[in-house]
Amino acid sequence: MTDNILTLITFFPLAGVLLIFFTPRGNEAAIRQVAFFASVITFALSLYPMARFDRSSFQMQFVESVPWIPSWGVHYSVGVDGISLLMVFLTTLLTMVSILASWTAIQERLKEYMIALLVLETAMLGVFVSTDLFLFYVFWELELIPMFLLIGIWGGPNKLYAAVKFFLYTLAGSVLMMVAILTLYLHSGDPLTFNIQALTEASGGFSPTVQFWVFWALFLGFAFKVPMFPFHTWLPDAHVEAPTAGSVILAGVLLKMGTYGFLRFAIPMCPQVALDPTTVTIMMILASVAIIYGALVAMMQKDMKKLVAYSSVSHMGYVMLGIFAYNTQGVSGGILQMFNHGIVTGALFLIVGLIYERRHSRMIADFGGVARVMPIYAALFSIFTMASIGLPGTNGFVGEILILVGAFASEYRLAAVVGAFGIILGAAYMLWLYQRVIFNPMVSKEVESMQDLSLREIATLLPLAILVFWIGFYPATFLNILGPSVEHLLEPIRAVQLAMHP
Amino acid sequence: MEKTPTLIHVLIPLLPLLAFVVNGLFGKWLQGKAGYISIGAVVLSCLFSLITLGQVLSGQHFYGTVYEWITAGDFRIAIGFNIDQLTAAMIAMVTFVASLIHIYSVGYMHGDKGYARFFAYLSLFTFSMLMLVLANNFLLLYLGWEAVGLCSYLLIGFWYEKKSAADAGKKAFVVNRVGDFGFGLGVFLIFVTFGSLDYHEVFHAVGGVLGQKITIPLLVTSIEADLVTVICLLLFVGAMGKSAQFPLHVWLPDAMEGPTPVSALIHAATMVTAGVYMVARANPLFSESTTALTVVGIIGGFTALFAATIGLAQNDIKRVLAYSTVSQLGYMFLALGVGAYVAAIFHLLTHAFFKALLFLGSGSVIHAMSGEQDMRKMGGLRDKIPRTYWTFLIGTVAIAGIPPLAGFFSKDEILWKAFSHGTGYGKLLWLLGAVAAFMTAFYMFRLLYMTFFGESRVEPEAAHHLHESPWNMVGPLMVLAFFSAVAGFAGVPEAMLGNNWIHHFLGPVFEHGHEAGHAAAHGGHGLEVMMALLSILIAAAGIGLATYMYLLKPTLPAKLAASLGGLYRAVFNKWYMDELYDAVIVNPCKRFATFLWEFIDASIIDGIVNGVAAVSNFFGERIRKAQTGHVENYALFFVIGVVVILGFYLLG
Repeated sequence: MTDNILTLITFFPLAGVLLIFFTPRGNEAAIRQVAFFASVITFALSLYPMARFDRSSFQMQFVESVPWIPSWGVHYSVGVDGISLLMVFLTTLLTMVSILASWTAIQERLKEYMIALLVLETAMLGVFVSTDLFLFYVFWELELIPMFLLIGIWGGPNKLYAAVKFFLYTLAGSVLMMVAILTLYLHSGDPLTFNIQALTEASGGFSPTVQFWVFWALFLGFAFKVPMFPFHTWLPDAHVEAPTAGSVILAGVLLKMGTYGFLRFAIPMCPQVALDPTTVTIMMILASVAIIYGALVAMMQKDMKKLVAYSSVSHMGYVMLGIFAYNTQGVSGGILQMFNHGIVTGALFLIVGLIYERRHSRMIADFGGVARVMPIYAALFSIFTMASIGLPGTNGFVGEILILVGAFASEYRLAAVVGAFGIILGAAYMLWLYQRVIFNPMVSKEVESMQDLSLREIATLLPLAILVFWIGFYPATFLNILGPSVEHLLEPIRAVQLAMHP
Repeated sequence: MEKTPTLIHVLIPLLPLLAFVVNGLFGKWLQGKAGYISIGAVVLSCLFSLITLGQVLSGQHFYGTVYEWITAGDFRIAIGFNIDQLTAAMIAMVTFVASLIHIYSVGYMHGDKGYARFFAYLSLFTFSMLMLVLANNFLLLYLGWEAVGLCSYLLIGFWYEKKSAADAGKKAFVVNRVGDFGFGLGVFLIFVTFGSLDYHEVFHAVGGVLGQKITIPLLVTSIEADLVTVICLLLFVGAMGKSAQFPLHVWLPDAMEGPTPVSALIHAATMVTAGVYMVARANPLFSESTTALTVVGIIGGFTALFAATIGLAQNDIKRVLAYSTVSQLGYMFLALGVGAYVAAIFHLLTHAFFKALLFLGSGSVIHAMSGEQDMRKMGGLRDKIPRTYWTFLIGTVAIAGIPPLAGFFSKDEILWKAFSHGTGYGKLLWLLGAVAAFMTAFYMFRLLYMTFFGESRVEPEAAHHLHESPWNMVGPLMVLAFFSAVAGFAGVPEAMLGNNWIHHFLGPVFEHGHEAGHAAAHGGHGLEVMMALLSILIAAAGIGLATYMYLLKPTLPAKLAASLGGLYRAVFNKWYMDELYDAVIVNPCKRFATFLWEFIDASIIDGIVNGVAAVSNFFGERIRKAQTGHVENYALFFVIGVVVILGFYLLG
């Protein structure tokens, strides 16, 4: 079994899909349970590679490879290094949490909903475990469909607009990405290959022109996904309309596919362009703008979900800032912050969803004084607020401090200064949100009658809260996994850096 | 002799943390028992702190790592402790004052529905403050630094349903974050300069970077500045936030929205002194930059005077004390500014006693007055709450600078160090401090007279309930009054035939700054005694004027206020600092953000993709028809998608 552990993890959700398929539509309890247990087992399975991962190696581990379409050199090949392992863990965790969070929120078409979520899980896992570019692309596109459906069917009043906007934006990106992938494939030498490692190794031979076009095509594909400023406007719409679980997955995992793409493809396969000072300058400017822009716009939002969505733009700006600092602290911090953002923003969307279920409103002005009637909720909300604003002792701090130290130590010190400034704004908009919802006089009668969290609801948030403090006080568990992979990623970059500045 | 920290040192912060966890998780069930858990933890931690102080007095030091916290490449940060004389003095003071305030809170918070939550926060604060002073590196200090800020936020907004309280908590946090912006950059700069954030490693390497320059880009141009100076100034920006120095002082007076024990513990005795502690801790850096020290001294001296002027005209008993705290913190920075580190810490310690006493005393008054804080509605309380009065009187005399109470020795030490600095700058700081000292004596006695003397202006409803506080509140007042009276004897200067014990004790911590401290030796013992007498005269004058205006001619203040007109209003309105910030920073920032959202996002960016939007409408129509609700149809879409992709590859 352990030889195929990654395949097992990736496709196990489909076993749940199969079971749900044969469960009668009316038996909603059974559908929920099957979906939940499928996600729990998938999560449990993903603990195996977490535990057995060789933390001293940068190599792809738990590798499987069989020819798939031999005539094109396509393989079904999977494997994980530290970076993808962390993303796999995040995916299985958040899917489990999402299913638990949908227990009562979803009342119609439950069967299709759970199927969509589980198919989505497989697609996301596939993206992170693929070591073959073709396979990667198949999963990348596959993920779009269930997400589109989640927003378009179970979404809010304006769901169709949001779903189509999401679909078109990402599709626009992925079309360009496909062109880039084909270009890479056609330049991969003889025999032609989609193997990611082989393509990375062959990248030294790519001409600057090829690298240029490939990099910028990939850039567009991934920049939409991250989303980087100014490609971000689909995100608030998608989040506002998506059901809670959709937002959790969208912010928690899908956005990470963008930054993951930079780490796995754009940077290692086009090192000369990626390291070009002009490129890095552009990236640093876009990241800095995103940090400030996202934070300022978040501050003025009246809808809680939109606020969290814009805060994602800001936080993903930090991730990009770290990655393009091109040093150990920056890149490790960036990757850790991808994970952190998944935990914290996922949790914040759950937090919003929980009171939306009670009050059927997400407008900040409809709340106030919630702490009196929902003290447990208020306490959990405060934990994720503090993590979001990067308070030491939470995971957000560890990620942010590494990113900022990395950026400060790079040649783009000014970007670090902007990033540090963004932390002030982060505190301002999150605390203002928290105050207006949780504190202040209770103005609304509906709030008065809101019930505190049930055990199930506490159980959805608890694992995320534990991770907030775990990473806050002992990040070594996760940083150790990343260490060698980050160094390996930086190795060729350092070589090019050396060549550029002898 | 330097040793590795042992279990009792780890337990000092750990016990309050455990109390926080227990009260946080089980407070709902513990209810009234929550207080005892927090008290038990802090008293034990105080006991261990005193044992630690004993160890340090016997010449032992402790330095070492408990565990590795954050490691990425050469960025290696430990959870580690540094226990030397400065830390030992701080933890002893923090746990001792905190113990008293915990006990006091049992009485003060009795019956509050957030009782358990209050003690949970108090324990979390104690833990955080102890981590701040125990840390052996800048990042761990920052952990404590931010965590005390969090507790401050939570406790200021403790009565969260009051909007002004929730506002004040948020303001405190955000203004502190402005300071932390500077502090954070300072920490980064230390790391890239020294490759470490560990105190030992950084302080030992300071000598190697002296004279290095750093280029700071400023829009189109750039300036060259001294590296160490820049580091120090950035760190000091953090200190200005935490210790409420001008112009980042605006949060502290508003922080009085919190329960009074919080004002005493966090916003007078401990947290707000963190900035002073940090600068003193980083003395090997600061002592190498005259520029930085000058800035520290000027800001401190100016704040001491500036805050004192506002204190003259406030009517809320806690606000007077709040501005007084800002002013006294200014004295500490003034001392740091002339390299008189020991004097700064000495004043920090004595101030902790008498200001905690004054706040707790004001709490006892407020408790007696059923929540009234306006001194115009007090008066004549002397006979009604005699124990509160007598202890409060001791605190007032102590802060006013009358010997032999604690405030006299520590404040006079600062003024003398400034005066004898041998520079015009030192003389200027002395002048600022001396004028502020006059005002301090005046506004404190004004407060005393308005509250405890004269005709009673208490409203009948409150008068009916007037009562002395219970023993668990009065007890701590008496203990603090005792220390406010005698703590000064730890630092009686040689000129007054004392042995200046605290200088000999703390001196070694500041050996790096010996040169800066050495300059403070101009003038002999005779002059020092003369200056001390002058200080007493200044204090006496302030007291005299307050006595004249508020005891003998109680109609005079109103007339004076009317005749001063604009000046009085400016002082009364805190020099319009809040209004200024709203007009210059907060409102433009909100307008700009709205512009970004409604114009850039909604019009420009989405406008550009209007074409796409039109297409999306087109597809939207089709998709609506395709949305039949059957999985089979969606599966069909999926298959079509795959076919399209495969087809593309085949053609490609």
